[in-house]
Amino acid sequence: MSGALLEVRDLCKHFPMGKSGWSGAGQEWLKAVDGVSFDLHPGQTLGLVGESGCGKSTCARTIVGLYPPTSGTIRFEGTDLGSLSPRGWAPYRRRIQMIFQDPFASLDPRQTVGSILTEPMAIHRLGKPRERRLRSMQILEAVGLNPRHLYRYPHEFSGGQRQRIGIARALALEPDVIICDEPVSALDVSIQAQVINLLVDLQERFNLAYLFIAHDLAVVRHICQRVAVMYLGRVVEVADRDTLFNSPSHPYTRSLLSAVPHVDPEVERVRQRIVLSGDMPSPLHPPTGCTFHPRCPERDQVPGDRCSAEVPLLQGCGSGDQQRSCHLDT
Amino acid sequence: MVLLDVNNLCVRFETHHGTVRAVEGVSFSLDEGETLGLVGESGSGKSVTNLGIMGLVPSPPGVVEAGHILLDGRDLVQMSEAQLRRVRGNEVAMIFQDPMTSLNPLLTVERQLTEVLELHRNMTRAEARRAAARGLDEVGIPDPERRLDQYPHELSGGMRQRVMIAMGLLCEPKLLLADEPTTALDVTIQAQILELMKDLQERRGTAIILVTHDLGVVAGMADRVHVMYAGRLVETGPIGPLFKDPRHPYTRGLLQSVPRLTGDPDAALDSIPGQPPDLADLPPGCAFAPRCSFATPACELDRPRLDPEHGPEAPKDARSSACFETDNLPAAVLPGGTSQ
Repeated sequence: MSGALLEVRDLCKHFPMGKSGWSGAGQEWLKAVDGVSFDLHPGQTLGLVGESGCGKSTCARTIVGLYPPTSGTIRFEGTDLGSLSPRGWAPYRRRIQMIFQDPFASLDPRQTVGSILTEPMAIHRLGKPRERRLRSMQILEAVGLNPRHLYRYPHEFSGGQRQRIGIARALALEPDVIICDEPVSALDVSIQAQVINLLVDLQERFNLAYLFIAHDLAVVRHICQRVAVMYLGRVVEVADRDTLFNSPSHPYTRSLLSAVPHVDPEVERVRQRIVLSGDMPSPLHPPTGCTFHPRCPERDQVPGDRCSAEVPLLQGCGSGDQQRSCHLDT
Repeated sequence: MVLLDVNNLCVRFETHHGTVRAVEGVSFSLDEGETLGLVGESGSGKSVTNLGIMGLVPSPPGVVEAGHILLDGRDLVQMSEAQLRRVRGNEVAMIFQDPMTSLNPLLTVERQLTEVLELHRNMTRAEARRAAARGLDEVGIPDPERRLDQYPHELSGGMRQRVMIAMGLLCEPKLLLADEPTTALDVTIQAQILELMKDLQERRGTAIILVTHDLGVVAGMADRVHVMYAGRLVETGPIGPLFKDPRHPYTRGLLQSVPRLTGDPDAALDSIPGQPPDLADLPPGCAFAPRCSFATPACELDRPRLDPEHGPEAPKDARSSACFETDNLPAAVLPGGTSQ
């Protein structure tokens, strides 16, 4: 035990695709998550970044138990969640909660805010109805909404306010870990800043650990202490925030960072971009060896065909606990 | 050389909740080869401004009123639908945000591209196909001949957006209206598409109106910026000075609330308190006053105007802010070392 709250080891989630005979021969597998490992410590925020289709959301959904993992282990305080029966899961579900991207689709339009917040407490048999109602009013206050709005419906709120309701629902069960799946990417900038500040504030108040999934690197830089970068179902680099943003080591991380536009026009106009060629390949037929090699701008610095032949392992590089999976010399 | 001159554009929607004033009194002009960034949050009227220029606002419920919209000296407001159709896609093209819903899923890429050429350029099918292949090649799509025979669902998101851009540029328009052209795309693909648009603009001298909420994209692309709030222009000016020293409290709030890759990552982000107003129920004074920390009682009574008013005669580097308190604002402190 390393004192980690959540330990994920070699997590794989493969989806069966297309045709499959009764014998299972010719079955194709989409390897959405293919061997992801990380630790999440109490009160810490780990960012999981990458482009659409890299497997970050599947990873989140597997951890909360929405998908059964294909292989690998998810340990919560040392308990292997994969070995538990659905009933055995229940106490852990309470402690690992989730916030979703779309504040319009993730709230039931026919439930009042009060019912949205008390339902999880009722399912987990926390408190009496009166206590639950009192608690939901306290949570509404904690997320910056008016406790008197308990009897309103989701459509009466704006996008930013709905996202606050989603956060309140996650908080209702006093979790230790909240998986945030792109919680601010559907919001306008001024509202986005409000929600980011709220998440940081709540983390300090309730000692929450966040797994923060996002594609916006500037947002990740503001909220995360550690960041893992994913490409095609694998983690290609993981490091503490400052190391990752100041001295990224994997060629993909470097090109990703260089592609983010700067808000300062003077910086933006002279900035050197590493423009990658092509699109991310289909995870159904990933390239051999290092999956990034067909687009990698630094591939010619590795002698021979090592990049296309050999899968690089995630291992320590540079200073501290920076890790990457790449054949380049450090 | 002024290409487009918009005077007092107003778009309102008559709904059963009342009249929604989506765009109110927007005036500006655009030079050939210039890029104008139109910035604002959802519901600020930036997309509707573009639709209004193109004459594409659905009516009813939409009602468009404008003093004039002069394109090369011809008034789009006075044109008949048939005349407008000759302008649209030919002289003025539009790139939409979502390439999945704005391409026709039942037509091959070839058919979508050749339609404009046969319509506006009187090309034969074979000529049009060759031109379409050249267009795809120009936007960096490998193997264009094969792509022409595919359907939109067979292309990736970045590829579809390139097809949209190729379609927009086929007739070599003088004016390109790009509505959030990269919002649905990942950053690495966004970088490719923005490079492409810049490159094509340099080669052909196309003027671009770039509508986006991404201030980073505007910072890299635009020559001038117009900031919209609740259907009105609140601040206009050249990109550098405007981003460095925003003079309208809303622009300032917007720039301060963006997370950046520079500056102190542990500092709390400045956010603008409250919500954008209901466009069907706007306050009589400044629409931003309820959220503004510099507001005075006067702001709630009277509506501030842009000064000087924009027209083709206004100097290009003129700045303007629709705020009574502009001259009394303290120096802007922006994160990331861009403070004054």
